[in-house]
Order: sequence, then C-alpha cells, then structure tokens
Amino acid sequence: MSDELMRGSYRGLQEVEPLGSTWREGEGLIAWLSAIGHKTTGRRFVLTALGFFVGAGLLAVLMRLQLAIPDNNLIGPDLYNQFFTVHGTVMMFLFAVPVMQAAAIYLVPLMVGSREIAFPRLAAFAYWLFLFGGLMIFFALLLNMGPDNGWFSYVPLAGPEYAPGKRSDFYAQTVTFTEVSSIAAAVCVITTIFKLRAPGMSLNRIPLFCWSTLVTAFMILFAMPSVMLATSILIMDRLIGTHFFNPAEGGDPLLWQHLFWFFGHPEVYIIFVPALGMVSHIVEAFSRRTVFGYIPMVLSLVATAFLSFGLWVHHMFAANVPQLGASFFTAVSMMIAIPSGVQIFCWLATLWDGKLVIRTPLLFVFGFIFTFVIGGLSGVMLASVPVDLQVHDTFFVVAHLHYVLIGGAVLPLFGALYFWFPKVTGRMLDERLGRLNFWLMVIGVNVTFFPMHILGIQGMTRRIYTYPSELGWGPLNFVASVGGVLIAASVLVFFVNVVKSLTAGRAAGPDPWGAPGLEWATSSPPPEFNFAMPPVVTGRSPLWENRDEWPVFSGLSDKKREVLVTTLLDAEPDHRTDFPGPSIWPFITAVAVTAAFIGSIFTAWAVVVGAVPIAIALIGWFWPKAGED
Amino acid sequence: MKPVTVLDVAGLPDHAFGHRSILWWGTLGFMATEGMAFALAAATYLYLSARVPEWPPDVPPPNLGYGIANLIVLLLSVIPNYLAKRAAEEKDLRGVRLWIVVCLLFAVVFLVLRGLEFTSLNVRWDLNAYGSIQWTILGLHTTHLITDIGDTAVLAVLMFTGPISGRRFVDVSENSFYWYFVVGSWLPLYALVYWGPRLL
Repeated sequence: MSDELMRGSYRGLQEVEPLGSTWREGEGLIAWLSAIGHKTTGRRFVLTALGFFVGAGLLAVLMRLQLAIPDNNLIGPDLYNQFFTVHGTVMMFLFAVPVMQAAAIYLVPLMVGSREIAFPRLAAFAYWLFLFGGLMIFFALLLNMGPDNGWFSYVPLAGPEYAPGKRSDFYAQTVTFTEVSSIAAAVCVITTIFKLRAPGMSLNRIPLFCWSTLVTAFMILFAMPSVMLATSILIMDRLIGTHFFNPAEGGDPLLWQHLFWFFGHPEVYIIFVPALGMVSHIVEAFSRRTVFGYIPMVLSLVATAFLSFGLWVHHMFAANVPQLGASFFTAVSMMIAIPSGVQIFCWLATLWDGKLVIRTPLLFVFGFIFTFVIGGLSGVMLASVPVDLQVHDTFFVVAHLHYVLIGGAVLPLFGALYFWFPKVTGRMLDERLGRLNFWLMVIGVNVTFFPMHILGIQGMTRRIYTYPSELGWGPLNFVASVGGVLIAASVLVFFVNVVKSLTAGRAAGPDPWGAPGLEWATSSPPPEFNFAMPPVVTGRSPLWENRDEWPVFSGLSDKKREVLVTTLLDAEPDHRTDFPGPSIWPFITAVAVTAAFIGSIFTAWAVVVGAVPIAIALIGWFWPKAGED
Repeated sequence: MKPVTVLDVAGLPDHAFGHRSILWWGTLGFMATEGMAFALAAATYLYLSARVPEWPPDVPPPNLGYGIANLIVLLLSVIPNYLAKRAAEEKDLRGVRLWIVVCLLFAVVFLVLRGLEFTSLNVRWDLNAYGSIQWTILGLHTTHLITDIGDTAVLAVLMFTGPISGRRFVDVSENSFYWYFVVGSWLPLYALVYWGPRLL
C-alpha cells in the first residue's frame, strides 16, 4: 500500500484538523466516562469480557482441583454449587455472547467503511450495563450469595420453596441485565450493517464477519426476550408471590424449561455464528485467496439461525414431552449439522486451493476445525433420544458442550485476538508465544474434556462435588484436571504475550497480514474518525482488487460528526446524518438502571422508585445540548 | 495505490424519514424484540391455560367495560399520531405542536383507563397462575405505554422550546411509528386478556 493512501487515512492529526478534534474523546475522568466512540466501547467491552473469562476460568480450575482425586474435601458442596453455577452463568452470559458482540462493536464500522457505529451512545450504555451486571454476580459470590442452581437454574430447585435467600435472585437479575445490554448492542450492529455501509458495498459484498454478526444480532433480538421473560417471572414468583412455576396453583415447572431453552439453544449459535465469521476472515487472509463459496456460506449462516430456533426441546428429552414432538426435534438437531458441514467444506476448499501462510491465527482455525468436529459428532449422538436418555446429566454432556463451545467459539476467538490485535494496538503479538499458547490450549482442551466422555458413559453425573474412590473414576478425573491446568497456562501465556507486545512489540503497520478488508485500509490503531477519506467499494476484497487506485468519497463535514447513510440493498449514498458527541448520560442511565435492578432483588418497589432516576437520566440523555442539533 | 475521489456527497440531504433513516431501523429493532416478548407472554398464557381443566380457574372473567372503552381510545389515538407524523414529514411545526399535544392527551386518558382495567381483572396476581399471567400481560403492555408517553412528552416540550431541526422532525415521525406498534401489539393481547377467559 502506498504512502499516499496511508497519509489519506491517518495523516498526522494536525493535517486533518478540524476532523481530529471533531471526533476526539477528550481527557480526564468525566471525559473517560463520557466516551462513546465505537472503538473505545469495543475495546472496553472485549477487555471486560476477557476479565470475566479469567474469573470464571479460575473457578473452573478450582473445581478441577476439587475433582482431581476421589473423596476430596478442598471445596465443600455448597461452595462447589456456587462455583459451577457462576462459572456457567458467567461464561455464557458475560463472556461468550458479549465478547463476540464486543468484537463486532469494534470491527463492524471499520469493516463496512463507516466513521462510527449507529447509536454510539446506546452502545456505550450497553457496555456500562454489562460491566455492572457482571460485577454484581461476582460480588454476590464473594458475599456467599452466589447463585447455586446451575446456569440454567431449573425450577422448582430455583423457586421460592427450595431456594430461600437471594442467590437465585442475583442470577435472575444478572441475566436480565446482560440481555438488555445484548439487545441494545444488537440493534446498533444491525443498523450499522444495514445503513452505514460504504457506497458500493451491496449485500453480496458484505464481509462475512459482518454477515455473521448480522445474523447473530437478529437471533439475539428473537431469543433473548425468552430468557428475560423467564427470569422476570422467576423473580416475580420469588418476590411478589406469582404462581407461574407452582403446580399447586395452576403453574408448571416445565414452562421454565421451555422458555429457557427457547433462548438457550439459539444462544449456543449466538456464540458460535460470530466465530464462524472470524474463521472466514482468518482463512481468507492466510490462504491468500477469497473464501470459496461466499453465497453458500451466507446461506448457511442464515439457515443455522433459523434451525437453531427449532431444537430447544432436545434439552428436555428426559422431561415428559410427547414422543412425536421429540422426533421432530431430533430431526432438526441432526439437520443443523448440514449448514455447519457446508461451511467446514467451504473453508477446507479455500485452504486447499490457497497458498497457505501458517501463522498463529490460522493455527487456531485448525484447532477449531479439529475440536469442533469432535464436539459436533457427540452432538449428533446426543440428538438421538435413546442415547440422550442414557447419558443425560452425565459428564458426557459436559464433554460435548465444552468441545462445541471451546472448539466452536474460544479457539476462533483466540485466533481472532491474534489476527486483529495488531489493528487495535498497532503492535504485533509474538509468534513463538502464540504457538505455545495454541498448543497448550488445544492439548489442554482435549486432555481435559476427552476423558469426560468416558466418565459420562461410566455413569459419572455432572454437578457432584466429589465421588468415592471405589467407583474407579479417579485416574480419568486426574487426567482431566491436568488438562485444566494446561488450559490455564495457555491463557497465562496469552496475557504474557499481550504485555510483551504492548511494551516491546513490533510495529504492525496498517495491513500486517496482507488481508483484503476495509479495516486494514487505515492505520493501526485507526484514528478516532476511522477514515480521513472514507472508501468507496467495488468488490468483496477491496485491498486486493484496487491495486493502483483507491476509490474514496468526499463531502462529509469535518466540523461535526457526520456520517453517510446508504441504501439497504445496494448501498447507494442516500443522505448524511449528524452523530451525537460524547455524553455522560449513558453512564448515568446505566447506574440508575443498575440501582433499580439491584434494589429489585430485595423489594419489588425498587422497580417503581427506581423508574424515577432512570427517567431523569433518559431525559438528560435525549435533551439536545446547546449548539448541538 | 493512490486515493481517487469518485464521489461527492456534500449535496445529499442531511436527514431523511422512514426506512431511509437509521432511527427507523433502530426503532424497528426494538419493536421486533419487544414484539417477541409479547408473543412469548401470549404463548405462556396459552401454555398455562392448557394445563388446567378450567380457564379461568375458580374466578369470574374480567369485566369488559373499561377494556372496551380503552380499546376504542387506543384505536382512535392512531389518528392524531398519523397527523403528527404527516405534519412532521411536511416540517409543519404548528401542525406538529398541535397533534403531538393531542396524542399526549389521548395517551393520558388511556393511562387512566388502564389503571381502572387492572381493577376489573377480578383476580390478584398472587391468587393463581391465571392471575399471574393476566397481570403480567397487562403490566408488560403498560410499561411500553408509559415509556412511549414519556418519550412523547419530552418531544412535545422540545417542539415548543426548540431547537428545531430536521432531525427533530424525524424524531416525531419515529415516535408515531412506535405508537403504532404499541397499538397494534395490544390487539392480540386484548383478545387474550378479555376474551381468553371466556372462549378458551
């Protein structure tokens, strides 16, 4: 790439004044709390989610230490219950979903060539709400009030009769919290991809990561209300005496399972689908050719999303559901392997035909394909009712879900971290440490979770804090615990790598991997306004197609935060629109919402009283500032 | 590689209405997710009604009076909202001021009647699961109502105090759009709350 283009996209800020000061976030505490730029929000979001990942991961290490030998009493049953519940809840609600949305908040505007995400204040609000909701559940654990009914918190165990105290309420409100945040972020992402694309980026030129986050965002809009309804009526049963789950008064415990899994199964794909997008970008960059089968890839993503809403009952085969219905859900559970298979073959074809450059991100993709396929196979086994009944609630299920979630999301995520880290920080991560990170993680995951298949078939049930030595489960459990330590070591290596890179990493330059997307057509890290000269798109791989001339457009104001809005299908320029500047109100609103949520754990009146500060904060948010608008 | 300006957008308008504006898409996103919440509440209602031999169990169905009165008010409120939206899109400030105040009046009447609707359910939320879902559906819809009234009130004040700009007119137009959703989503919920106990 020539110097001329780079000067265009990240010329020294003096040269592009007043554009630089128009978009700058400012300094000091108030400015820090008021920052709304999508890159700031995205960075904070990713860091916070990784923090929660480490916290929940440490709980997993402690659980593995407890299970390493029979008859162990390192951690008592009550604490163990809190540990596995908080581990699962945090990993699902506070790490896996948010970290993917966080990556989208950072990357999508760059990938579609926009200066900002749609509704940046809403995205900032989503972040603060997420942070507070996450801290709340960890504080609850520290106060010995951590939820202890499992991440899916089945009633009646989690209901008023069998779960006195406030533990279940903390679970319910943490979930509601983070889902509000997810929905807000989803709306931002959808609108950005629909309306803020660079001119010329028609639907069939949208980068695959954007397609995957778009599909995910829609799944969030339709799946999350289900769990929010479930947790809301759970807390109402517990707090104000409703009877939704009370069979004595016409309620039904199975209602919880339906509402929970109607969300819970799409949830798995909400975690997995963005990772598919990440994999496509990594595969493309390191095989030096465009992804094979763009259209089948996109159709597979959409098909996965639709099918994922039709298999929730396979979590309930052991409950009393009609047999005909169960067969339907078995069929869909098997059918969803088809679009996943299509994508795997498209990547293999891309790799097959490409000139491979093996770097850490690509290694993680190999690890993903290997691990995820094993998880997929045990998934097809579990889709069959007789097998499911046999291994239900055993470690076989624990093995399966960790293979698909770690294989399907965590490995691609680490690949993505290595891939986009240079863009975010301007520095490369170390390759040698990267390889060490990769091998420790892949070996660790397989050593930890493969033995669990066998333990499950041998009858070891999940969620037990210990087991007698006569059952003979000791050796395999010990192996699994060693694997757990390896995974922890791999994550430690990653953080060492990050620190090393930030202090002494090699400068990355705008496009260290020679990748084709628009996010690589600006400096690393990108300036506040992303592109001094916003791009015009003529194909799917802009940087590979425009070798001589780089098409850009002019005409956006540099004195206000102006963004170009384009049409939905063909991304033709439609109008310009002003974006809001930094504001403290999203933060204040999140604080007010948090106060209401925490209060509602103790009294229902908190919702009524808490509505007043929320309303005030919202009015402050929407009230135009002097000179604005 | 050298940047070449192939397009200049300075001549494009600085706001647009309807599906051209990003606000419309944001509103639509929230409508989708809230509509889904309503649909799931309705599914919960039907699920619970199928679990018991009699629906409603041992209590009289809700009285119809306030519910019907409120349904009429709600349907009529579409008219001032339509007129406010049209005035906004024509940038007719006087029209917007007039009709947004009328919208607000309708909403206040509706909210008062809604309060009375709660008293005509003939069941408390903590009596049985039937009572719980009746209160929840009515409560869920009322929350949306209150939010939109708050939004309308703030907008109404802004339309009188200024500053007035193109974007403010887009806000008014989208506010009416959201109100249509509040009205439309009530129809199936109304049928469940008032006619479900009589027909199921």
